[in-house]
Amino acid sequence: MRPALDHVATGTLFGVALNYRGLLESRLQEFQQAPYQKPPVKPVLFIKTPNTRNGHGQPVVYPQGVERLQPGPALGVVIGRSASRVRAEDAMAHVAGYVIVNEFSLPEESYYRPAVKAKCRDGFCPLGPEFVPAADVQDPHALTLKLFVNGQLRQENTTANLVRGIPQLIEEISEFMTLHEGDVLITGTPEGRVDVQPGDVVEVEITGLGRLANTVVAE
Amino acid sequence: MKHARIRHQGVIHSVTVEEDNAVRLADGRLLAEDAVEWLPPATGSMFALGLNYADHAAELSFKAPTEPLAFIKSPGTYTGHNQVTWRPDNVAYMHYECELVAVIGKPARNVKREDALAYLAGYTVCNDYAIRDYLENYYRPNLRVKNRDATTPVGPWIVDASDVADPSRLKLRTWVNGELKQEGTTADMIFDIPYLIEYFSSFMTLQPGDMIATGTPEGLADVVPGDEVVVEVEGVGRLVNRIISEGEFFARKNEA
Repeated sequence: MRPALDHVATGTLFGVALNYRGLLESRLQEFQQAPYQKPPVKPVLFIKTPNTRNGHGQPVVYPQGVERLQPGPALGVVIGRSASRVRAEDAMAHVAGYVIVNEFSLPEESYYRPAVKAKCRDGFCPLGPEFVPAADVQDPHALTLKLFVNGQLRQENTTANLVRGIPQLIEEISEFMTLHEGDVLITGTPEGRVDVQPGDVVEVEITGLGRLANTVVAE
Repeated sequence: MKHARIRHQGVIHSVTVEEDNAVRLADGRLLAEDAVEWLPPATGSMFALGLNYADHAAELSFKAPTEPLAFIKSPGTYTGHNQVTWRPDNVAYMHYECELVAVIGKPARNVKREDALAYLAGYTVCNDYAIRDYLENYYRPNLRVKNRDATTPVGPWIVDASDVADPSRLKLRTWVNGELKQEGTTADMIFDIPYLIEYFSSFMTLQPGDMIATGTPEGLADVVPGDEVVVEVEGVGRLVNRIISEGEFFARKNEA
């Protein structure tokens, strides 16, 4: 029997921004602006605080006074064994398994602003429907992600388009911080974000991982 | 009263802190400051303010922000009083940041400024080290700059909120090897603690054990292996930390 998601994915939720090729390419011009004038060199990481945790079938609150809310379909990697200074070739041994993540966010005005207000609202990180052990996923870099709103397909991409694959992410992150057992690495959301409204049923489907469903409700 | 978390003979204890920083266990035993391993006194999320002192913003040639610039830290970066922090090999500039930390005591959502302090358990101190070489972007400090293993000493303890008469007029000071390097006052914060609690709780629920690290004044300087760095907030605490090399840090870690 598979362990329950709540028993394995208990740690910190780490997100990786700009980790789909299409998304990164769409932002390249913006990165040329002052004062930085170059694209990010290392993975752009962020944290979804514990109050953002949410589950399959649960409501996601559309905050009052907000103009736009966007779901963020993503493959979540659940760490099974603490990883510190792990090389890419050894990285997959630290992965316990996978889960679908819907990384909700308000659209950000600028890459140059911190993302707390956009990303850390209560319930903005549904995970589920269940934990899938690594052994049950043949190739995590060949999975199709689909986003459905009210049953209509609105977004589709594949983890083959990750800028940094899972082994490279684990190597580059564990160089300076330990990924602990139970942490979840949210590997990124593809380009082409979709607006949702109160009343919408939002579903994320990933090959072999099932379908994570949530309903948007007004605050 | 002062509350801390320590490890003694392999067991983690919640303790109170008495005279000479001796700690009192629940069973009444009293242990000396240097006989215990000090742990971070809280382990929630840390909301760390960037550029929250006008003089520091000026020091970095930035305009003071008009809305709080906050980034989040995770528990993996915290370490305790009297512990070590590592400086990576081949970097040009690593600096300390002495900060007053407000610790949340009960869930806080839509809290008004005038009620804000009632949501605090108390205050602690942190040293929010940064490695400037890795700073690709001042407005969004990457986790490589601010969330490194053992690079955020927190503690030594939490002082009850009721024991700090006015958190907006406390002196902050940093000494490196006994030499005073940084000196400021919480009176110079751009966004004060009541404002920050109102701000964060206006869009999310702050949880007990979450921390708001309120930023640092000017006076930053490079630190290197062998340095002893002491950060102090008047009436709250004095937090001691030592810098070791990357090689020593990971050798110790592999031994542990």
